[in-house]
Amino acid sequence: MMNLQKKKLYTLLALVALFVILFICNMLLSPYHMRIINLVGINIALVVSLNLTNGFCGVFSLGHAGFMAVGAYVAAILSLPLVKKAIILPELPKWLGSVELSFLPSLIIGGLVAAICALIIGYPVLRLRGHYLAVATLGFLVVIQVVITQLQDFTRGARGINGLTQYTNTWWVWIFTCITIYVVWRIINSAYGRGMMAIREDDLAAEAMGVNLTKYRLLAFCVGAFFAGIGGALWAHLITVVTPLSFSYDRTFSLVVMSVIGGMSSITGGVVGASLMTLVPELLRNLEVGITVGGISIPPLYGISQIVLSVVLIIVIIVRPKGIVGSREFSWNLFKKKKWNTMNQMEN
Amino acid sequence: MDSTYLLQQIVNGIGLGSIYALVAIGFSITYSILRLINFAHGDILMIGSYCALFIFLSGKVPLVVGLLLAMGFAALIGMLVERIAYRPLRTASEESMLITSIALSILIENLGILTVSAQPRKFVFPEVFAKNHELAGVTFNNMTILTVGVAVLLMILLTFFVKNTRLGTAMRACSENIGVARLMGIDINIVVAIAFAIGSALAAVAGIMLGGQYGRIDPLMGFIPGLKAFVAAVIGGIGSIPGAVLGGYLLGLFEILLVGFLPIEYTGYRDAFVFILLILVLLLRPNGILGSAEGRKV
Amino acid sequence: MLELNNVNLYYGRIQALKNVSLSVREGELVALLGANGAGKTSTLRAISCMHPIKEGSIHFSGTDLTKVPAHRLVDLGIAHCPEGRQVFGRLSVKENLELGAFRRKDKEEVKRDLEWIYSTFPRLVERRSQSAGTLSGGEQQMLAIGRALMSRPKLVLFDEPSLGLAPLIVEQIFDVIKKIKEQGRTVLLVEQNAFQALGIADRAYVLETGTIKLEGTPEQLLSNEEVKRAYLGG
Repeated sequence: MMNLQKKKLYTLLALVALFVILFICNMLLSPYHMRIINLVGINIALVVSLNLTNGFCGVFSLGHAGFMAVGAYVAAILSLPLVKKAIILPELPKWLGSVELSFLPSLIIGGLVAAICALIIGYPVLRLRGHYLAVATLGFLVVIQVVITQLQDFTRGARGINGLTQYTNTWWVWIFTCITIYVVWRIINSAYGRGMMAIREDDLAAEAMGVNLTKYRLLAFCVGAFFAGIGGALWAHLITVVTPLSFSYDRTFSLVVMSVIGGMSSITGGVVGASLMTLVPELLRNLEVGITVGGISIPPLYGISQIVLSVVLIIVIIVRPKGIVGSREFSWNLFKKKKWNTMNQMEN
Repeated sequence: MDSTYLLQQIVNGIGLGSIYALVAIGFSITYSILRLINFAHGDILMIGSYCALFIFLSGKVPLVVGLLLAMGFAALIGMLVERIAYRPLRTASEESMLITSIALSILIENLGILTVSAQPRKFVFPEVFAKNHELAGVTFNNMTILTVGVAVLLMILLTFFVKNTRLGTAMRACSENIGVARLMGIDINIVVAIAFAIGSALAAVAGIMLGGQYGRIDPLMGFIPGLKAFVAAVIGGIGSIPGAVLGGYLLGLFEILLVGFLPIEYTGYRDAFVFILLILVLLLRPNGILGSAEGRKV
Repeated sequence: MLELNNVNLYYGRIQALKNVSLSVREGELVALLGANGAGKTSTLRAISCMHPIKEGSIHFSGTDLTKVPAHRLVDLGIAHCPEGRQVFGRLSVKENLELGAFRRKDKEEVKRDLEWIYSTFPRLVERRSQSAGTLSGGEQQMLAIGRALMSRPKLVLFDEPSLGLAPLIVEQIFDVIKKIKEQGRTVLLVEQNAFQALGIADRAYVLETGTIKLEGTPEQLLSNEEVKRAYLGG
């Protein structure tokens, strides 16, 4: 085993390397490619935070996109320049219509509001188990969608809010991604984290041993929602438009796909799944507009990326139900011992 | 509010409720046997309606034949879906099955978009079905009569099948204890296939009736009715066929009365209310109205 | 008739059976004894293909049972009367019994067997259209036995038929099992109630933490000090 100092050093070096690479990319690559790189970062953060609830805590939630929506809308309304706000959202109440926050506070407030929503919805709903919980959180997603569509004064309904300032850039995204991974990593390696995993393994037994089920689940749920809210806000300020459809069932689904394909109860799995499942559909998107390969023109295949995604997901669930990475975790020891380590070994 | 208005809303609610009930039955029977929430069920409804559309368009087949063909085709698709995607997951976790069903739902919807395009199609029943009747101030057309009539007829047939046939008994046995049912010599694969066939055929009928009422269909039409029928199944007590029927009618009435009596600015929240109702039922009475308590292995 | 050879069975990573070998000859009543968690039920689950085994072989009259789907077992002549009765509570008593004959095509014979079951268990007659969930524990056990017999099995597997029943009823149940044996059927009886099981068995095996510890006739086992101490409370 490597000592802790050495590991910390390696991690630091890796981070520096990551940001140097991102810096170079930023200079060399086209805006289109940078956008994909940024989407990868946002999706990693979203999936890792989803894994905290769905994977580590065993609270199978389908509401992640709902929290993204909350964060995105709150941040969008707060950060919208006053001039634009007066035109786009003239019906806003005065206290909201006259504020314009800078990006960071907007993000954080967006995340906090999402977390508060999680607290309100989670308190009753987290008592449910298994797929009932999943369905209830899906119900929450539908409710959020309807509310956003109906609250015209705040959200412009189905038209959505456009013309957001493109605050989100590579640094915002990847610093956020690193913070998310760090926080989730700290949580799962704390006493809290072990309580969570006890719940996942056997909630009845964990409760019998004195683990306060609802408290643990609620914490995971709220932390997940906080990061989802910020992720949603970053996403909105990258694309510069938010509509109710940006955070629909499809988005929850694609996050769940990433999470399941990578491995639900692993941070590494989240990173792998999010990266893979952001890049592959991006390639497939070309098929939807029609391309010419080697002289053969392929007509536009609408829906093909979703078709491929869902087929891949079904195959992964049948063949490799724990995902590509499983519940293993990346560790520096990997390079020394030439093998993947489980979490427990890493702690020792 | 005068009573005619209320009566009118109730008639409309029963019309909608019949559709929910038909779809909810499918949710319930597959759930009762496999503990599977089949989100792709709503999309089978869409397949049924498109199937009927092509039959109506292509030749002059009588309505009943068209209906039966659509039911048969949907049943085949349902069995196919089960064979390919769900059978390998018999021993998997509830969540794995749930995710798979969501994936299947997205797959079917997008295959629909790919093959028949996302553009809504006109779905017109023969003229006679648009004919209005009036009774005590309440108006309803032949389409409503057809919907309710067919739904009730099918439910009676289904009840007879489940209660009085050998396979029906086997099905009830499987829904109680699948392991012991196998010891009796019941081939689970056959029972599950039949459950999917029945559920899908009923969903196809619901799809056709839904198309007939709205006059148009599209590849995504099944999603929301499917979700709502699931809510109906939960309200009635998922796993119970009478529960699914009751839940379907209750939800249909709830929804129509909500829209009929809420101030106009709140009617947009209709779907939100349905799902808040779902969450409330899950919390307060998770086994629904007629469901039996589900034991949990410790 | 039934032959288990070095069977290893796992639940996940936990090994429930270690090299279990046992045999039941035609017409025999063999008891399988052991404490809770010794692997008795696992053995039965392995025989009736409810759980796959990792290694070893299970043969019934020359047929390899590991390759048979669970629902074909009754065709071979094996009936499994599961632990804790497990009757279909929402189905009527009659429906439960009819399900026992699910794969039989000889309608007339099935009817005759049904009458015979009713005459063996008169309590069931008066309750034939009642749902099985409303029966008492003893009645449910009789129903479960009746249901198993409805398939006209050559071999009947009983999993703890005395579990949770009043002594008087246990007495009755064991009488019935003895009768089943006297009719020429082969019986494999899993029991915690060692004393009573040994009273009717021809031979017995003792399972301990997944392995066969002892084998012998009831007389041999009853005189064994270890058995006395561990299972017979003496």
